[in-house]
Amino acid sequence: MASADSRRALVTGRGIPLCEDDVDTDRIIPARYMKGVSFEGLGEHAFHDARRNPAGTLIDHPFNDKRFAGASILVVNRNFGCGSSREHAPQALARAGITALVGESFAEIFAGNCVTLGMVAARVSAADAKALQALVQKDPTTSIEIDLGKREVRAAGKAYALSLPESQLQALVTGTWDSTGALLANEALIAKTAASLPYMGWKTAG
Amino acid sequence: MSRNLFDKVWESHRVGALPTGQDQLFIGLHLIHEVTSPQAFGMIAERGMKVLYPERSFATADHIVPTTSRKRPFEDPEAEAMLVELERNVKLHGISFFDFASGRQGVVHVVGPELGLTQPGMTIACGDSHTATHGAFGAIAFGIGTSQVRDVLATQTLALDRPRVRKIDVRGSLGKGVGAKDLILYIMAELGVEGGLGYAYEYSGEAVTSLSMEGRMTLCNMSIEGGARSGYVSPDATTYDYLKGRPYSPGAADYDRAVAWWQSLASGPDASFDDEKVIDADVIEPMVTWGINPGQGLGVGARMPRLADLPAERREGARKAYEYMGLAEGAPIAGTKIDVAFIGSCTNGRIEDLRAAAAIARGRKVATGIRALVVPGSMQVDAAARAEGLDRLFSEAGFEYREPGCSMCLAMNPDKLRGREVSASSSNRNFIGRQGSPTGRTLLMSPTMVAAAALAGEVVDSRSF
Ligand code: SF4
Repeated sequence: MASADSRRALVTGRGIPLCEDDVDTDRIIPARYMKGVSFEGLGEHAFHDARRNPAGTLIDHPFNDKRFAGASILVVNRNFGCGSSREHAPQALARAGITALVGESFAEIFAGNCVTLGMVAARVSAADAKALQALVQKDPTTSIEIDLGKREVRAAGKAYALSLPESQLQALVTGTWDSTGALLANEALIAKTAASLPYMGWKTAG
Repeated sequence: MSRNLFDKVWESHRVGALPTGQDQLFIGLHLIHEVTSPQAFGMIAERGMKVLYPERSFATADHIVPTTSRKRPFEDPEAEAMLVELERNVKLHGISFFDFASGRQGVVHVVGPELGLTQPGMTIACGDSHTATHGAFGAIAFGIGTSQVRDVLATQTLALDRPRVRKIDVRGSLGKGVGAKDLILYIMAELGVEGGLGYAYEYSGEAVTSLSMEGRMTLCNMSIEGGARSGYVSPDATTYDYLKGRPYSPGAADYDRAVAWWQSLASGPDASFDDEKVIDADVIEPMVTWGINPGQGLGVGARMPRLADLPAERREGARKAYEYMGLAEGAPIAGTKIDVAFIGSCTNGRIEDLRAAAAIARGRKVATGIRALVVPGSMQVDAAARAEGLDRLFSEAGFEYREPGCSMCLAMNPDKLRGREVSASSSNRNFIGRQGSPTGRTLLMSPTMVAAAALAGEVVDSRSF
């Protein structure tokens, strides 16, 4: 299902820094906003509680900061997206205008969920993540380029090495991150594997 | 050197390699709940696809279910709409649904095992990170996102990178009054919340094999809290005995054949692993978390770490945690006042958990002003608890004994913390806002420790009861 539109070899945008380790998916999208049967409208609730004080007033938070309005590359630190498997988290970010993430590390399910949406979640070193955050904090107009082909992030004339699990990189670069088609193409092999599994034929105790 | 269980099971379910270099893996059991499935059903409808193996998927409702009255329609129209959507989808695709009328509804990770759906040697997926629970049976079980739920529905397979396998060898034995929850909180504290990234965990050693199936489920359940997407225990006699005669277990005609296959999958003593960590069970105390991630925990007799004593990379997180929790570095965790006590969830809402908590609560009273909830993990757990009189015992002690569901574990139903309340909770996550109040605070601990905290009104060593 690859198409020119689905390729993610080069993603460009302004950065928005979120300086914190272990940002969990309950922070990204509180559970109460998952009460629905679609992903629509999640964008406005991204970081809902983190952006507000207990009285509900907006506080100092990058997603409230006008300087970062329209920024599309979220720059994070270690273990971003830990916690639940909710795809609502990357969905909320995507709907809030985020097209890619750069950070020291990502929780596994979260990173996988990003790829299934065609969102890049690229890893850089701890120091480089901090350097990029400092850069966009200093100058929010800085343009960031995530170049998966060259495996580097470029900003303000500097290049930072990035890494991504090879399969994710391939899927994003070639635009084959929507896996359903490729999986279903092997229907005969699926049936063969199923037939080889002992438990498929067992009768239950009932 | 021989292959470990993970490698054997992965190999037997491998359909082939994909162009991206990932493996295509057949999923033997797919579990469904109301929060992460509607969008996936929507996606396959949009693409005009069908569910390829509807008989391999099983659904129940847990996250949004109220625990006071289950009268339909629910009071909350959004919750009602989610349940209606699930009912519509399972009917449309011919998927088994454990609803209220079946007497089998409950938290998805409690229901699968107790019905015998969860079996050794299977690959199990569910749109829920605590799917790791099912690894207790020697299955490869892991949480997936909604687009992957779509893939399982449409193809019964997933595109996956094969993780490395780390053996967590738990030597020695757990002391009296110390259980599986304490063990896993201790492992989290030792290895960190991101220590398991890229790994599946095999838990082994005497302290693990001597656990009941319930204990093994508690242990595997929280693997994800350490960054490992799945965790498992090799099957043994405890596993086979547990499965015998359950509704979806192999029946008499196939049972012996099943056990022989299961035995052949277990990791042998010479099995090889990509990595190994040794944990000493003898030193573990009942554990309590003091922070805002499950790795920020310590023994109930200990003092909370001083920032200066922590590794540099954990200091900032700990500072934020103390600030949020209103706790002081260097202070003892015992004696921390609580407002709410919650016994339940897929980590600790099974009958054994309720029994252990009841043994503490028996003949005693919940401290004045404490709101204490007992929420059985499933209708079957509830039935067993009632048969033993545990519902009455808890009520007499001042606990509210509720209907089964996820409840205050994530508070998508009306069970929520209010304001800055502090909750002693037998669940699995102490993230900011997790229990329904954006400023609520959670102390994770075992169900016995929660019961003890409810009686004392503060964190206390349950071994003193
Ligand atoms: S009990 Fe809690 S962790 Fe378990 S499935 Fe329900 S919400 Fe998730």
